[in-house]
Amino acid sequence: MAAKEYLDSAGRPVVAATGIGVVTSLGQGKEDNWSKLTAGQSGIHYITRFPTDGLRTRIAGTVDSLFDRPVTASELSHAFARLAVREAVAESAINGKHEFPGPLFCAVPPVEIEWPAWRALAAECDPAKPVDVEELIRVAASKRRPDWHVNFLIGAVAERLAEEFGTRGLPISLSTACASGASAIQLGLEAIRRGECDAALCVGTDGSVHEEALVRFSLLSALSDSNDPPEAAAKPFSKNRDGFVMAEGAGAIVLESLAHAKARGARVLGVISGCGEMADSFHRTRSSPDGKPIIGCMKNALVDAAVTPEQIDYINAHGTGTPENDKMEHVGVAAVFGERVKQVPISSNKSMIGHTLTAAGAIETIFTLLTIAHQRIPPTINYKIPDPAIPLDVVPNVARDAKVHRAISNSFGFGGQNVCLVLAGEPA
Amino acid sequence: MAAERDTWITGIGLISSLGEGSEPHWKRLVEGDAPVVDNKLFSGYIVHPLAKIDFDRQIPKKGDQRQMEPWQRIGTYAAGLALSDAGIAGNAEILGRTDMIIAAAGGERDTKVDTAILTDLRGSNQPDALLNARLQSDLRPTLFLAQLSNLLAGNISIVHGVVGSSRTFMGEEGAGVSALKVAQARIAAGQSEISLVGSAYNSERLDTLVNHIFNNLLLKGEFVPVFAPNRPTGFTTASVGVFLVLESSSHAQRRGAQPIARLARVRAANFRRQPGAVEAALTSLVGDSMAEVDATAAAVISMATGVEPATSEEARALTKTGLPVRALASRLGHGVEAAFPAGIAVAALAVKAGRLFAPMPNVPIEEKTVTPLRQVIVTCVGHWRGEGLGVVEAVH
Repeated sequence: MAAKEYLDSAGRPVVAATGIGVVTSLGQGKEDNWSKLTAGQSGIHYITRFPTDGLRTRIAGTVDSLFDRPVTASELSHAFARLAVREAVAESAINGKHEFPGPLFCAVPPVEIEWPAWRALAAECDPAKPVDVEELIRVAASKRRPDWHVNFLIGAVAERLAEEFGTRGLPISLSTACASGASAIQLGLEAIRRGECDAALCVGTDGSVHEEALVRFSLLSALSDSNDPPEAAAKPFSKNRDGFVMAEGAGAIVLESLAHAKARGARVLGVISGCGEMADSFHRTRSSPDGKPIIGCMKNALVDAAVTPEQIDYINAHGTGTPENDKMEHVGVAAVFGERVKQVPISSNKSMIGHTLTAAGAIETIFTLLTIAHQRIPPTINYKIPDPAIPLDVVPNVARDAKVHRAISNSFGFGGQNVCLVLAGEPA
Repeated sequence: MAAERDTWITGIGLISSLGEGSEPHWKRLVEGDAPVVDNKLFSGYIVHPLAKIDFDRQIPKKGDQRQMEPWQRIGTYAAGLALSDAGIAGNAEILGRTDMIIAAAGGERDTKVDTAILTDLRGSNQPDALLNARLQSDLRPTLFLAQLSNLLAGNISIVHGVVGSSRTFMGEEGAGVSALKVAQARIAAGQSEISLVGSAYNSERLDTLVNHIFNNLLLKGEFVPVFAPNRPTGFTTASVGVFLVLESSSHAQRRGAQPIARLARVRAANFRRQPGAVEAALTSLVGDSMAEVDATAAAVISMATGVEPATSEEARALTKTGLPVRALASRLGHGVEAAFPAGIAVAALAVKAGRLFAPMPNVPIEEKTVTPLRQVIVTCVGHWRGEGLGVVEAVH
């Protein structure tokens, strides 16, 4: 049984972050990311990975430095994740090289056979007739590509990480759409609280910017098409916001019970003091107009952390920059924080790094922990035209020093997914 | 940590090639009906297509049905059956706090659209620009949502009103194991009172079939039961929708719900696959559970896929237990993410009935039986990776 100072008010183990790692379009590693984030830099640029002829949106926050050959979303997601995990595990100094003492919870984008592979099959189909099921099967059977099979299995990214870093048991691959990274952290938090493990490796990664993914989001009218200049496209909470910008990256966090961290003399970067979720049954892509699930998930998180809204110093917004999301997020925070909502700073990392989708919840949790550690709030950039319907302190355009002991990080996703994490500095 | 709480299975929703609902499934299994197979649809590769289902009965709005690809319809339908079976369908108070963990695959392609685009790309001298143009004009805007892994959960929230929480696990067979493991652990530890857990798989889809063909993982030609002597390697994909309502025994008792069975334990494992590894690791994994069961009233329901060498290694490990063995894939086919939840569902029906279902003719490992049956060990060894085991017990 852990000593009393290592338990929360509900008698559960306090869960600390002791290592973090991050990759975004701003750069690799937390130092590089933090300096650019607080300088208000954007990582959004024109897409060069594939031809964008005729596409409405031609910009994204892709991470292009790792490969000089065409790769699948699975390979990219794996490459980002292993860089982030390496950084996090090294910082935590929790283990030997190949033996992480806990399970892996890994948020990954759903993958499937991609167009280059289909086109390679079609190229060998009988040219005398249209491409059909029978021919595709015949060619697939003659090609025998075990490497493709693994690349197009959703479980492969987590499996490869588990093998490299020696995490315990069966790795869990998960998706709650744009809340996935936060769900990975929540699963780790819950497992440690249950006493199943002393540590957990929680990862969100996404390398899925390819032509079809871009078109799909575009067809849902979710993306900004303010292509010129790219760095000005993501404008959360502005009146002229017109959608999110797809982006890539990964975030990895080593969680462990505070007792375990203290016993081995680890440096505590912060505490995950609560988590809340609530699903929405209103619509596949839109939130309930009354904001009930968004409000509910934030309230559940505060209750789980046993704190009141008055004890929250900063909100790391989901803040995608779509007209709908930002409006509903305002409805939600206004209901939870009441009159005080105008005084609580709220900023959107997505204004700079874009929407890293599956990775967003993990990356933004890491940036929130850094916000608390540095007592400095990264800005919402591109905030030129305030939306009078959203009267919030969005930390416009310039980073700000502030007293931040405790913060929340919001994540909302298609399919009615809502997750909110409560984060705090090291307990006194 | 507080003492572990009992986890009951209080609702089952099951649809497959064998039909709809618990009783018809159990009847066909007990009577030893031949599996429903099709080897015409996909050039000789064997699939187990879904029985005819009137989707309107669980998904009344056509508009909702149109927003789903078949795998989501299969799952949403089975989820509705499970909620009805547990007696909580339409109960907004309970559904509002019912947790959900789903094991899902991803994307289901619109093959007509894809093959038409591929045909035209082949003849184009600017294929990249043409692909962009065709994706923008030919993809249904809502297709994306019909493909997203977590939108099975999203559809269940919308159609059935389950909104306590919503998590989607992915990653083939292991996702089904982890979904049940986490849901059971949350209930046992008091983090959840009631959970809807399940999965869906559509066998009648080209994209996943092609991916398995890349690695020679499918059985072609004549259907042969799993564990039959000299069976060729490969699995036969199954259309399956399976959902379970798991509940703390105290929550079930408070609302007067009857248990079908107890989900005593779920273990997940990650065997490092080398020749011999499955036999050794499964022997040890099953061995841990043998200490928890009464060998005179227990059996194994195996979710062996038929992929070698894993299936032969599993057979050797299971033979060592001395328990009667049945392979569910010989009846239903292999439902990948849905395989393990389907095994747990059938195990629950078996302990409730107090007996095992009929053995497969000419499969020596299935010759034994046991009555009364009180405990079932469900084993799951994924076609590539991901392993697990569950123990299901009679409550009374």
